[in-house]
Amino acid sequence: MTRYLKYITAAFLAVMLGAGANAADPLKAAFVYVGPVSDHGWTYQHDQGRLAVEAAFGDAVETTFVENVAEGPDAERVIRQLAATGQDVIFTTSFGFMNPTVKVSERFPDVTFAHATGYKRTDNLTTYSSRFYEGRYVLGQIAARMSQSGIVGYVASFPIPEVVRGINAFMLGMQSVRPDAQIKVVWVSSWFDPGKEGDAAKAMIDQGADVITQHTDSPAPLRVAEERGVFAFGQASDMIAYAPNAQLTAIIDDWSGYYVSQVQAVIDGTWESQDIWGGFNTGMVAMAPFTNMPDDVAAEAQATVDKISSGELHPFQGPLFNQAGEEVVAEGEVLDDGALAGMSWYVKGIEDTLPSSN
Amino acid sequence: METFIAILLTIVSASTPLLIAAMGELVVERSGVLNLGIEGMMIIGAACGFAGAVMSGSVFIGFLIGIIGGAILSYFFAILVLNFATNQVATGLALTLAGLGISGLIGKPFAGITIQREPIEFLSFVNDIPVVGPMLNGIDAIAYFGFALLLAVAWFLNRTRAGLILRAVGDNPVSAHTLGYNVLRVRLYAILFGGACAGLAGAYLSLYYTPFWAREMTAGRGWIALALVVFASWLPYRLLIGAYLFGAVTILQFHAQGAQINIPQQFMASLPYLATIIVLIAISAKQTGRAIHTPASLGRIFVPDR
Repeated sequence: MTRYLKYITAAFLAVMLGAGANAADPLKAAFVYVGPVSDHGWTYQHDQGRLAVEAAFGDAVETTFVENVAEGPDAERVIRQLAATGQDVIFTTSFGFMNPTVKVSERFPDVTFAHATGYKRTDNLTTYSSRFYEGRYVLGQIAARMSQSGIVGYVASFPIPEVVRGINAFMLGMQSVRPDAQIKVVWVSSWFDPGKEGDAAKAMIDQGADVITQHTDSPAPLRVAEERGVFAFGQASDMIAYAPNAQLTAIIDDWSGYYVSQVQAVIDGTWESQDIWGGFNTGMVAMAPFTNMPDDVAAEAQATVDKISSGELHPFQGPLFNQAGEEVVAEGEVLDDGALAGMSWYVKGIEDTLPSSN
Repeated sequence: METFIAILLTIVSASTPLLIAAMGELVVERSGVLNLGIEGMMIIGAACGFAGAVMSGSVFIGFLIGIIGGAILSYFFAILVLNFATNQVATGLALTLAGLGISGLIGKPFAGITIQREPIEFLSFVNDIPVVGPMLNGIDAIAYFGFALLLAVAWFLNRTRAGLILRAVGDNPVSAHTLGYNVLRVRLYAILFGGACAGLAGAYLSLYYTPFWAREMTAGRGWIALALVVFASWLPYRLLIGAYLFGAVTILQFHAQGAQINIPQQFMASLPYLATIIVLIAISAKQTGRAIHTPASLGRIFVPDR
């Protein structure tokens, strides 16, 4: 018994000393991830952002994260738990965390929330996203140049606006250089299931696709492309290590700047709820090196990046038609952000029926 | 024709891990033990197998290590449910959670590495046969091993004395014990076999199917294997049908989507579970338990009196 008492006393003293040392409480920032940090994709990039926050603020900020959080009721439990245990800023990094985040943010008005890729805001809940579609437009252009068959396989997760927008941008990019290009869309109903994602890619290659692109988070489709000798694009981070001969480029999400600025704003007391949607021009979206393609294709892709970045080109500029052939955006106009955020229709030329998202 | 063969081969590789994992669980359940930890043992097999292959440079050794990893995890389950007579359902669920956690730890240094999948061309002469030749050659060694395992398990359960004892232990452990058979030892062997199979199935995912390591890459396949055992009503041959049916549904729905045939894919994804529920209803409607081979003492704790 005395032995245990000794331990307890020691532990107690340690806690006291620890508390004394941290007289100025560090700001606590928490990150909720939908996948594993080691996915080398979407979640990995968010975690790079978290590490950037740690590097930028040192002892002044303490970060923590919860990975593999399922979208739905589980997420609400995790977010509430974080809010209740003294976190000051909570970043929820997947579309499916939207409603749980809104609910918890209403219960904890003193905690600052930021939700990625959503569209619901409250006084203490801000939203942020990056204009991946700008990158997808460039991917589409490269795909159209590199494909022999003119058929591209698209491994998609769920029919939510973010993904639909990506498919449309990709198609518009293809059509900009090859009007007859085709897309085969396969929904795998998962953000992360390497087996299924790979199988979907195989199925599309078997059906004649010779470029694969994906809006799911594992490198499996890229691996399949590498093995089958077709081209593919990395997702969310540079995945060249998985497919040195197949990866053409990758859209890289860079959240570091955003996370650092948000944490800084909370510390300064200047934080406010707003919608931040950054693209090439803010550095939130970047492209991995253009590899495995001829120089002229790479040069054209870079020129497109520059044009989008400068505002000279908008992926969704008119004239734009929907699948039925009706004009949605007139010549000389561009689709506004509201329409982009809630996009639930395909552009002309995509031969797929959009599954309902409910 | 080439497309057809390619589709068939994809179905084979999608079905193989399910078949092997379910085969292990079938033997475990026939001995009267319900191990809900397949998912955990599979993911351990995937992590250990991949780590073993990267460190040794040999995919074969990787598979062996995956098998051993799955078996070791199942050994813990065996100690708990047999020696300490813990609740099998709770222990199995704990095993899944433990497996998912431990595998993340084991696999952490190996995330982001890929290995070369080794083509196994041991039937090169059959290539000359039209259609069937490339088909036979395209199937990987583990898939063949899965078929062999199926035959071996079916033969073992139905044609050997040891198989008879195992079934006796699963149906009526008290009688088997009275007759002098060591119920706990039989169950231990069955559990270890189940763990080894799950480990192999997991290693197949990380070493052949994808091939790379990622956390939670089993993505629920262990639960599907569990459902398949019920679907097969504890008969090995029906397991083959179930596993291939499920593999085929998964792959064909991707092809259907690519070819603009619109069947709601959520419906397709739920098909194997619906089928399992229907089989369960059929089982309970048919009160003659023997006809459908449900182990009579499935999930019941047995403590030998000394």
